[in-house]
Amino acid sequence: MPIIEATGLARTYRSRKRVVHAVRGVDLTVDEGEIVGFLGPNGAGKTTTLRMLTTLLRPTAGRATVAGADLLGDPVGVRRRIGFVPQAIGQTMGGTDNQAKVIEELRDQAALYRLGKADGVRRADLLLGQLDLAGLGDRLVKTLSGGQRRRLEIALGLVHEPPIVFLDEPTTGLDPQSRSNLWDHIRRLRSDLGTTVFLTTHYLEEADALCDRVIIIDNGVTVASGTPDELKRHVSGDVVTLKVSGPAGQAAALLAAQPIVRDVAESEEGLRLTVEHGEEALPALLRVLDGAGMTISSISLSRPTLDDVFLTLTGRSLRDDSPSSAGRPSGPTDQPGQQDLAAAASRK
Amino acid sequence: MTFIHDTLLVFRRQTRLLLREPAFIVIAMIQPLLFLVLFGPLLTKLPAGTFGGRTTSDAWRFFVPGLLIQLGLFGSTFVGFAIISDWRAGIIERFRVTPVSRLAILSGRVLRDVCTLVLQAILLVLVGVAFGLRAPVPAVLVSLGFIVLVAIGLASVSYSVALLLKSEDAFAPLINTVVVPLMLLSGIMLPLTLGPGWLQDVARVSPFRYIIDAMRSAYAGQYWNSLMIEGVCVAAGLAIVCLLLGSRAFLKENA
Repeated sequence: MPIIEATGLARTYRSRKRVVHAVRGVDLTVDEGEIVGFLGPNGAGKTTTLRMLTTLLRPTAGRATVAGADLLGDPVGVRRRIGFVPQAIGQTMGGTDNQAKVIEELRDQAALYRLGKADGVRRADLLLGQLDLAGLGDRLVKTLSGGQRRRLEIALGLVHEPPIVFLDEPTTGLDPQSRSNLWDHIRRLRSDLGTTVFLTTHYLEEADALCDRVIIIDNGVTVASGTPDELKRHVSGDVVTLKVSGPAGQAAALLAAQPIVRDVAESEEGLRLTVEHGEEALPALLRVLDGAGMTISSISLSRPTLDDVFLTLTGRSLRDDSPSSAGRPSGPTDQPGQQDLAAAASRK
Repeated sequence: MTFIHDTLLVFRRQTRLLLREPAFIVIAMIQPLLFLVLFGPLLTKLPAGTFGGRTTSDAWRFFVPGLLIQLGLFGSTFVGFAIISDWRAGIIERFRVTPVSRLAILSGRVLRDVCTLVLQAILLVLVGVAFGLRAPVPAVLVSLGFIVLVAIGLASVSYSVALLLKSEDAFAPLINTVVVPLMLLSGIMLPLTLGPGWLQDVARVSPFRYIIDAMRSAYAGQYWNSLMIEGVCVAAGLAIVCLLLGSRAFLKENA
């Protein structure tokens, strides 16, 4: 049974002169126990969607069920069952008070979820251990390091053992070491407690390394959903680069005739083939060339990155967060992989 | 009663955080006494009869209720600043996604501010007595009651306006523009009867004008007259209207 099910979720802001569609129509489903990444360029509607799903913002259209409670009909029921860890950068921070002690924040949070005093103390102590904050209970929040503070904020979202936790940009602003440490904690949430995790992120490697499934939003509409691998395959195909000892043109013609090969290009490195399902295509390609008596001197398979998926779907790159659609040929037959990234970089 | 539980929860948290700032405690104790100590003695040197009586005690009976209102006015309208930084720290949002009553986010804070203000008011009265104030105990209690009503109303409005503006730069000038004329028109420092007729007419729009008249009447030993009825009605009305406005802002589904 899905733990989040949203249909046509939309948010419109009206000011005197114009109407702003922050989110036009988000359809998404998240299953229990999944780690789902919600990706989109700046201004795509990520945070607005998250705020609607967590009852901080009332949708102007659409409906949703979150953790078994109706978003519009029973917002308090939703709040009781979800954990939320706000973004720690930008307009508002992660929700901890500089002057409070770490243990006080955890116990207050437990009381906010109406846990009894004994339960609150027990949960607070447990979470201090689980999130590597042991011994920091009596420290003031303002004395914590960035990573420690972020882990405290995550602990606050887990005090009431919610079946689902929403993380808004969980690792933004952290150094690489704290980030991979936090990834471990997030993975453990799912493996040890079975918690469903819904997170927004800017980092492609985060979505790639952490998420079972990625949902992409652009211009307020969900445009794609799937495992990182599925998305990459679907959008761009894989790239096989090979060198043959014989005449390259002959090999190219031979390979282009194969149904599994979508596109062939000759380059300095050799032949660049775009194929579906690279691992399965490799043996077939080898057989074809072998049958024609050509010897392969080198062969490599490379997967497109999530950024290629992004460029194709949204016309924008997540990496530089600038619109790069102008002058860029797009579509599924586009050259995927490394070259595309290099091209994107050279345009900057 | 989950609402009371939630209010007390927010109250305890806010009080704990406040007491953690030693500088605050010192400032909170000194601030209300500044006018009493540095300005009060001037009044007692004014010609007898200025305050409707002959003795210096009459001057103090005039001045201390004024200072109490001033304390209430300034003490509660400035509380909004704190909620802007709390909002920026993400604390308001953190509370709003929990099942805690969203109204308690306001009421718990207001309760703390009322308690702070009552303690400051008691201190002010006690030091006033040391300077020569002579007033019946019931009158002091009546004036504390007024302070509570004023604080409930103004603190609620201050929090909701601050949360609406979300910017100290916008909030500060707004507060000054509203509070300073209100204070001047209430006749806190000097009797408004000293002024020209137009000023006395303009002063009728300030609700604090009525509250302070009722308080002074009580300090003079008059508990049951039209001034008192007017004062109680204005103070209670102010508290209720402001509390309702504040509640609306905090119960709004999108903040």
